[in-house]
Amino acid sequence: MKLNELTAHELLGLLKTKQATPEAIEKDISAAIEKSEKKVKAYVRLIEEKLSEKSTGGKLSGIPIAVKDNICIKDTPTTCASRILEGFRPPYNATVIEKLKGQELPLAGQTNMDEFAFGSSTENSCIGPTHNPWNLDCVPGGSSGGSAAAVAAHEAIWALGSDTGGSIRQPASFCGIVGVKPTYGRVSRYGLIAFASSLDQIGPLTKDVTDAALLLKVIAGHDQKDSTSADIPVPDFTSSLKKDVKNIKIAIPKEYFVSGINPEIKKIILEAIETLKKLGVSFHEVSLPHTEYAVATYYVIATAEASSNLARFDGVQYGLRSQPQALRKTPLIDMFEETREKGFGNEAKRRIMLGTYALSSGYYDAYYLRGQKVRTLIKNDFDKVFEEFDAVLTPTSPTTAFKIGERASDPLSMYLSDVYTISANLAGIPAISLPCGFSKDHLPVGLQIMTKPFDEEMMFRVAYAYEQATDWHKKKVSL
Amino acid sequence: MSDFQTVIGLEVHLQLNTQSKIFCGCANTFGQPPNTQTCPVCLGLPGSLPVFNRRVLDHALKIAMALHCNVNPFIKFDRKNYYYPDLPKGYQISQYDLPIANNGFLEIKTGDTVKRINIRRAHLEEDAGKLIHDPAANCSLVDYNRAGTPLMEIVTEPDIHSPQEAYDYLTELKLSLQYLDVSDCDMEKGSLRCDANISIRKKGAKELGTKAELKNMNSFKAVKAALEFEENRQAQTIQAGEKIAQETRLWNEQKQITISMRSKEEAHDYRYFPEPDLVPFTVDQQTIEEIRKVLPESPAEKFNRFLKQYALSEYDTQILIQDKNLAAFFEECTTHYPQAKKICNWIIGPLAQELNTRRTGITTLNLKPGDFTDLVQKVDEGILSNLTGKNVLSAMIDTNKNAQTIISEKGLAQVSDDSTLEKIVDEVIRENEKTAAQIKEGKENAIGFLVGQAMRKTNGKANPKKLGDIIKRRIQNV
Amino acid sequence: MPSKEEVKYIGHLARIHLNDDEIDLLVKNLEDILLYVEKLQKLNVNDVKPTSHVLPLKNVFREDVVRPSLKQEEVAKFSVAHHNGSFKVPQVIE
Repeated sequence: MKLNELTAHELLGLLKTKQATPEAIEKDISAAIEKSEKKVKAYVRLIEEKLSEKSTGGKLSGIPIAVKDNICIKDTPTTCASRILEGFRPPYNATVIEKLKGQELPLAGQTNMDEFAFGSSTENSCIGPTHNPWNLDCVPGGSSGGSAAAVAAHEAIWALGSDTGGSIRQPASFCGIVGVKPTYGRVSRYGLIAFASSLDQIGPLTKDVTDAALLLKVIAGHDQKDSTSADIPVPDFTSSLKKDVKNIKIAIPKEYFVSGINPEIKKIILEAIETLKKLGVSFHEVSLPHTEYAVATYYVIATAEASSNLARFDGVQYGLRSQPQALRKTPLIDMFEETREKGFGNEAKRRIMLGTYALSSGYYDAYYLRGQKVRTLIKNDFDKVFEEFDAVLTPTSPTTAFKIGERASDPLSMYLSDVYTISANLAGIPAISLPCGFSKDHLPVGLQIMTKPFDEEMMFRVAYAYEQATDWHKKKVSL
Repeated sequence: MSDFQTVIGLEVHLQLNTQSKIFCGCANTFGQPPNTQTCPVCLGLPGSLPVFNRRVLDHALKIAMALHCNVNPFIKFDRKNYYYPDLPKGYQISQYDLPIANNGFLEIKTGDTVKRINIRRAHLEEDAGKLIHDPAANCSLVDYNRAGTPLMEIVTEPDIHSPQEAYDYLTELKLSLQYLDVSDCDMEKGSLRCDANISIRKKGAKELGTKAELKNMNSFKAVKAALEFEENRQAQTIQAGEKIAQETRLWNEQKQITISMRSKEEAHDYRYFPEPDLVPFTVDQQTIEEIRKVLPESPAEKFNRFLKQYALSEYDTQILIQDKNLAAFFEECTTHYPQAKKICNWIIGPLAQELNTRRTGITTLNLKPGDFTDLVQKVDEGILSNLTGKNVLSAMIDTNKNAQTIISEKGLAQVSDDSTLEKIVDEVIRENEKTAAQIKEGKENAIGFLVGQAMRKTNGKANPKKLGDIIKRRIQNV
Repeated sequence: MPSKEEVKYIGHLARIHLNDDEIDLLVKNLEDILLYVEKLQKLNVNDVKPTSHVLPLKNVFREDVVRPSLKQEEVAKFSVAHHNGSFKVPQVIE
């Protein structure tokens, strides 16, 4: 038995009964990295962290975790897979890193991502793409593709990612694992290098629902350093997993099953619905009428916020600084413009340009303000559905993992691959993706469950019931 | 000039004197080594997030109320996006369409007339860092200690019509703000900064002329001088048939002129949008009432009260209230010695002079009101002459000793030795025979005059009571 | 839809130097995306309040308490160009 192929909760059981040691787990992880990393390229860099000699009682002590490269780790390079942050070592830890350290979770390494989380394929990285462990020619999804691939390839037991428009759930779905975007405000954003502040959340990528519940409990909670973090108690998510799902009412939004969906995926999702029906869940078709505006709304709001959040990367304090040979405007403006030209990749430039445009004089009302208003409409759609229903069920993505390079030259088609995940960010609600089958070409398909704000317990409960009734989560990649 | 009307609007940036910065826990102090009062938040490091300092809101509300502003019940912060090396995040957290306060006013006295200057708005924002130009090294240096200092920007309507009015407004504003104890208001340290917009128009014209924005004035005097220069320059430009350019001009203190920032000015597009990292704030009526309760007396209120309560002249009162701490010192003194007028004279006279020459304020002196009034009383009673009294005051401040100690130490002690005093009294009687005669005829109250003369001869060192007795005795015996 | 000149201007606002090829590509990319985003204009949003914050949070303060700052050496460690405790930048011409 390879320890690295087990889940965190299985390993915790073995550690408790001394059938495994932290050293043995780490050894198996290292072996997997040694074997698979060349092919998968999940990590930007590994962290050589000595296991602490003596446990101080962290409940999850000894279970290695991978962390997306946009979460600040003190004195360790943290670069968002961007040239512009080359060599930057934050002088502080993100709040979630403090929480992991509090539980003595060893950090395995920092995972690859689309630069600044701009993308859905992990191709937009300054170190090159990550490969999907199920099919190395395919993308792992993105932007947390490195975290998803690391977990799927057993190069980490579990991982943290960030989700602004689907960046945890979509790669989880492409890589056949579980991914959770918590309610906005559930997990502190302090130390998460911001993409779009009003949408970003950190969340777990794990091998099963139980691990996701365990890890969310560790990272969640109010943080005084984050004004947008909610002062709401964090329940023990694992304790409600085993409650049955009889009489739970789930809504199926018809807009998610129309154009653009791969028929194979539609069929698999309908099968998943049947499975849950057998467990006593009732399903009802509903309408989320503003769904078709979600992607447009998202790209206006997210890029506008991003254009401002990324303004600090100007070469003055840290990271890359570049100066052109010949004077163009003034030495100072040249330094700004050259640093940002050399430091940002194409997709980052595209989004900064789009966001700057959406905020610029004369366009603010038509784009940004209008986007915020449509956001209200989208949120209202969900509020209404949750008055009557316990959860909303949809596919996570309209397609399975696509080929590397396939969408690289068509930004819009890439944006549209987030069509099912974006609404949860706009509405601020929690959402989970979990494995629910495979396509004919052996690529994983993900099922998404969304619930009302701060009702992650219901989300986990439905997901767990489905997981226990199937064994998709037990399917393992062989590399 | 007389054909034109000058139109001026002022923008004052005020650093608030909180313990910590507006969005982080770094100390809000001046004069530390570069980048030692910084943290991930005020450096704008990736991943850091702002959290609003409660006291900044309290200070801002006090200012809003003192300026008779309407306080907005719902306020939010916005990002103002632009690039400059002293701006760590590439945007400044400021307030755009929902500032904390608007529509206020401040009354100023110019001569005998009271004029109301309307305040358009007052909003909160974070200060930027400091950029030091080093031409020798061909580079500039950035220190972010100042970044994140809470700032309140107070913007007037274009209601000001002369450089003198602008000066009076700034003086009155500073005084009001000092009374609130929300800022050092020190232009030299940069805790109060002022930019001015000025245009001129033909008298009676309805439309405003093209305005110039004046920057880089380091004192109220400089603001006045820059405005005076600029109103003349604009008038001459128009009279020469030329057009005024809308531009920013820098005040050159040495040359006493304004100079155009010729460098192609950017068309500013600040791309304001609501700050997603901060939530909105509400100010309810209860909060406003609570702040109002603890709002200190305003200079105008104090002025009126002093007139009534202490029966001082308007002139004296006006001087006394110019320094809130001095006014408080005055009031404390009157509880020790209820001679308001005399205390006031000593405060705005000798004490003010001491403060002036020492370039200090009353709170930094260790002068106890009781000690001060003892001195005043000693002079009143003729124990000390005015001049000696002043010298004793100076010595009290130098040594932290009380008047009595200094009098003893410096040999300023009263002369009580009978034979010495008798000699002096005889001399005084000789020199004032008429008065002596009157006293002998029973006009007792003339004794005081002779006592005074005798005190003078002893430089105030004689014991006046004893002098009186001796004078009576000697006159009766003649 | 943004013209070449507008893209250049936006590039300047965003402080990104763009060569001619990049400008041409961005004109096309922004046009594609903005055409797609155009659908937002179909909705009547006159009476809709904008959502800046999805959670109804308000009045989140910190108390006015001083916390330790970074040490000058810690700041110097990540600084890309440093001189006597300050960040060094190309000369700013005023």
